[in-house]
Amino acid sequence: MTGIYLAGAFGISGLLFFNRSRVMNYLLVAAFLILQLGFTVYEYLHLDKTELTYFTPDALGILLLATLSIISIPAVYHSYMYLGSKQDNPGHTAIYFAAMVALLTSVSAAYLSNHIAVTWIFVELTTLSASALIYHRRNNRSLEGTWKYVFVCAISITLVFIGILFLSFSLPQAGADDLSFAHLLRKAPELNQFWLRLAFIFIFTGFTAKLGLVPMYTAGIDAKDKAPSPAGALMSSVLMNVGFVGIFRFYTVISHTAVHSWANHIILIAALLSIFVAAVYMTKVKNIKRMFAYSSIEHAGLVMLGLVAGGVGYFAAVLHIILHAFVKASLFFQQGQIYRVYQSKSMYDVGNYFKYNLTGSMVMLLGFFFATAMPPSGLFITEFMMFRSLFEAGYLWVLVVVMLLLTVIIWAFGKNIFKLLFSPPVEFKEEGVEKIRPVESLSQFILLGLVVYLGLNPPQEFLHLIGEAIKNLPQ
Amino acid sequence: MTNVLLIIFTISLLYLGIAHRLLTYIKILTIQGILLFGIAFIELIEINAVNLAFVLLETIVIKAIAIPLFLNYVMKRNRITRDAEPFLPNFVSLILITLIVITTFILSNAISDTRISKIYFVVAISSLFTGLYIIVTRHKLITHVMGYLVIENGVFILSLAVGNEMPVLVNLGILLDIFASVFLLGIFVNRIGDVLKDADVDQLKSLKD
Repeated sequence: MTGIYLAGAFGISGLLFFNRSRVMNYLLVAAFLILQLGFTVYEYLHLDKTELTYFTPDALGILLLATLSIISIPAVYHSYMYLGSKQDNPGHTAIYFAAMVALLTSVSAAYLSNHIAVTWIFVELTTLSASALIYHRRNNRSLEGTWKYVFVCAISITLVFIGILFLSFSLPQAGADDLSFAHLLRKAPELNQFWLRLAFIFIFTGFTAKLGLVPMYTAGIDAKDKAPSPAGALMSSVLMNVGFVGIFRFYTVISHTAVHSWANHIILIAALLSIFVAAVYMTKVKNIKRMFAYSSIEHAGLVMLGLVAGGVGYFAAVLHIILHAFVKASLFFQQGQIYRVYQSKSMYDVGNYFKYNLTGSMVMLLGFFFATAMPPSGLFITEFMMFRSLFEAGYLWVLVVVMLLLTVIIWAFGKNIFKLLFSPPVEFKEEGVEKIRPVESLSQFILLGLVVYLGLNPPQEFLHLIGEAIKNLPQ
Repeated sequence: MTNVLLIIFTISLLYLGIAHRLLTYIKILTIQGILLFGIAFIELIEINAVNLAFVLLETIVIKAIAIPLFLNYVMKRNRITRDAEPFLPNFVSLILITLIVITTFILSNAISDTRISKIYFVVAISSLFTGLYIIVTRHKLITHVMGYLVIENGVFILSLAVGNEMPVLVNLGILLDIFASVFLLGIFVNRIGDVLKDADVDQLKSLKD
């Protein structure tokens, strides 16, 4: 099935690239969505069954794959809304959808791969396909965003590759198939520590470009800003999760070796710096999309803190990354509508959103509460668990610093959102403002509803899957 | 013999530090490609013939011929001026790159592993940091790409260190090469010359907070 999926999806992507007819475009995209959903269900029913040697749908892979499938449907819908409102030429539309399908496919494959080198290949593909999405507007600034994203990702992908090479040095005996995660996990205590440390530093630094942590977070911000909002939604949800998968799977291996506590320190520093950077920029940033992107960095930092703390923190980290994907995707989808009302992303040009788009502003308000982890958001539960695990693990000073920084973030986020929602805009001409249909906000309500449901009253099967995902970590 | 080639490779890094003109950079990249061909030929002679032919063909065709020609073409097409425009004087660059090489040399003493020969580690890590150094201290976009290519050559050398045991990793390194070529092609050939008349980092400074 994995083979059929990959061939089918990349085939659809290729056809979309060459197709110029609108009807065919709808049909192909619909076919891809059906394939994606079918694949997700199939893999769920065949848990832990390795296919094509390199793809194993383990619990973590399934959870993130399901997240991706859920987000991909509104992403496609909003892409049509976005492209319809701009009257793009058919060639650009074709490239957009081809790139989006290729992105979703390579992200799915990266989730499921059980071999670090295969993960690496698909992460490379995500960079290429994402860059086509960022470049969609074809102006100076999107070129700049694309260039920076591709360049930084190219360097970080090279760093991951160096890490993989060091990892292969660390094995006691080398062999062709030795870099699968399962094999690494079995051999973990025998790995050479010197090479393993180097490998960890390089692989971690490389994947931070995707996950959005210090030091390589910068390119992601520009990319999410310049990409069309549905693509931005994908980049700050499912594409971030790719970085998480890479780091998490390798961390699972590391946690069985003697360098575990050392690696924890590295991650802790990166996570704290990320939250700090997010806090600093959130107070300063005047562009709504960039603000959301910085908020993603904060959440990525929190997830890493969960990993460091251990215990219930592992559970919280996995749940957090899933719920965050839903929240951030809905915020980015809503941002597309804000842009259509004000024709601007700048904080200075927006305001009184309640007046122009009532349902949309409800999404914005709820999204703000959810992203800053206030109840009833599921993120409240996960952050609470993380703080508890930090407390139990004895990281009291970390906890204090993080809480202070989070307060700053909530204040900055709230200041901007309330300006958007309630203060009247300066020099804004009301005539000709586009009426947004309320039904366009439906997908965001559903995603936010899922966050509440999965956070407050998670189904047993879901909990079981998360438990399976973290079972290899030391309890 | 491999050691001689690797040492010449390291010397080419030092030469990169003092090179003035972009054409010299391209020539250095060509030389590095040829050196990599030699190293790969000597090191990988034990792996199966088809794979070896593929690796050798890739190093000579892509690294030593296609990429330099392409960079030349980009320079002509976008009328990029011939100076590399470093932020720092060449003398300082030379000192710093020497320091990089010496530091990695000292660092390599920490390796207790006998399976990996240290010289690969030294050369690869020095070219990684030299590449990063070139990227941060040069002014033009095209020199950034050249810095990236230097990093990539270093990574290729590192992959050769385990090339006999895991030829897969060498092939992955080649994949990285192809990836880089694609992004070069995609960005440079297409647009960067049309949208930005002079490909200079100064024009790419509008996205910030």
